[in-house]
Amino acid sequence: MERIPILQMGEFLLVTIQVELSDQVALTLQDDLTERIRTTGARGVLIDISALELVDSFIGRMIANIAGMARILDARTVVVGMQPAVAITLVELGLTLTGVHTALNPDRGMQYLRAALAEEVHGHGRLG
Amino acid sequence: MSKARTTTASILKSHEKELVADWQKELASAGSASDVRIGERALHAQMSEFIGLLRDAAQHGDLVDVDRTAWQPMRQFLQEVSRSRVAQGFTSEQTALFIFSFKKPLFVRLRKELGDDPETLAAETWAATQLLDRMALLAMRSYQQSREEVIVRQQEEMLELSTPVVKLWDGVLGLPMIGTLDSARTQVVMETLLQRIVETGAEIAIIDITGVPTVDTQVAQHLLKTVAAIRLMGADCIISGVRPQIAQTIVHLGVDLHDVTTKATLADALALALQRSGWTVERSSGQTR
Repeated sequence: MERIPILQMGEFLLVTIQVELSDQVALTLQDDLTERIRTTGARGVLIDISALELVDSFIGRMIANIAGMARILDARTVVVGMQPAVAITLVELGLTLTGVHTALNPDRGMQYLRAALAEEVHGHGRLG
Repeated sequence: MSKARTTTASILKSHEKELVADWQKELASAGSASDVRIGERALHAQMSEFIGLLRDAAQHGDLVDVDRTAWQPMRQFLQEVSRSRVAQGFTSEQTALFIFSFKKPLFVRLRKELGDDPETLAAETWAATQLLDRMALLAMRSYQQSREEVIVRQQEEMLELSTPVVKLWDGVLGLPMIGTLDSARTQVVMETLLQRIVETGAEIAIIDITGVPTVDTQVAQHLLKTVAAIRLMGADCIISGVRPQIAQTIVHLGVDLHDVTTKATLADALALALQRSGWTVERSSGQTR
C-alpha cells in the first residue's frame, strides 16, 4: 500500500506529500507520523504540501488534525508550500487551520522551526 | 423558378455599374452615403463586392436557402462589413439600411426587364425581397455579435485593470483595490494576489481599500476570506486605507476584524511591513522637517 515517507533531519521530521492524498493514505500518515514523533522524540515537523493540487474537506481536516496531534506530542508543526487553489478551497470550506503555522516554502518553514526551538531552549535556560 | 433565377442573376451581371450608382443615390437620399467615417470609394467597393457575391451565389445556389454553402462567401462578407461598421461607430439602423437600400434599384431594374410579364415580375420581386431581408438579418446578427464581443472584452479588461499587484518593497506586495467588491472580483483579486505571492515569495501583502466606496457585510466577508487564504499560504496580510466612515460601518455591522491588522493609510502599512521584515528607514543627515 502507498505510504508517505517520513524523513528525519536532526531534531525535525520531514513529510513531503508528493502524491494525490487519498483518505486511506492520509489516515496511515496520521498513524505513522504520531508513532515516529514518539520514537524519535522529534521537536519539530515540517509538512510540505506544495505538490498537493486538490483537497476536499476530509483531507483539509486531516492536515489540521495531524498538525494538532504533533503539537500535543510537543513537536512544533509547520505546513509549507500551500498552492493558491488549495488555500482558496480550504477558506471556502471554512477550514482556516487555526493554530497551525504556515510558511511559503520549506526554507522559511525550517527557519521558523529553528527559531521556535531556540526560543524554547532560551526560555528554559532562563527558568533554570 | 429557374427562369426567374437567371433573370436576377443576369441583371446583376449586366447592370452592375448602374445598380451601384442607383444604390449610392438611394443611400444618399436616406442620408448616410456621404458619411465621413466611410469614404465614397470604400463604400463603392463594398457595394460592388456585395453585388458580385450575390450574383455568384444566385448563379450557383438557391435564392431562398441562405444557409447553403454557396452563400458562405456572402456570409463572410456581411460579417466583415458589420464588424467594420461597429468599429466605425455606425448604428444598427445604418448598417441595416446599407442592405435595404439596395431593394429599390434592384426592383426598378426588374420592372424594366420583366414589365411585360407581371406574374414573373411578382415572383421575382418576392424572391429578391425575401433574399435581401435574409441578408439584412445576417448583417444584423453579425453586428450584434461584434458589439457583444466588444462588451465582453471590455469587461475582462476592466477586471484585469482593477487588480494590479505591485511590489512595494523586497518581500512586500501591494494591492490597491478600486471599485465595488463583488464575488467575481474578489475571486480574481484573491487568485492574482496568491499567485503573485507564490511567484515572488513575498511574506507580507498589503490590501489597500481606499478606492472601495462602501463596505457591507459581504465585502467584509470577502476581505476576511482573502486574508485567511493568504495566511494559509504562509504569508501575512495588512489591510490599509480604512476611511473613518468605513471603520464606523464595520463596527456597526458587527464584523469581526480582530485577527486582521488594519492601518489607516498605505504609508502606515508599509512602515509596519518594513519593521516586521527587519528594515529601518533613516533620514540622511542635514535634512530637517
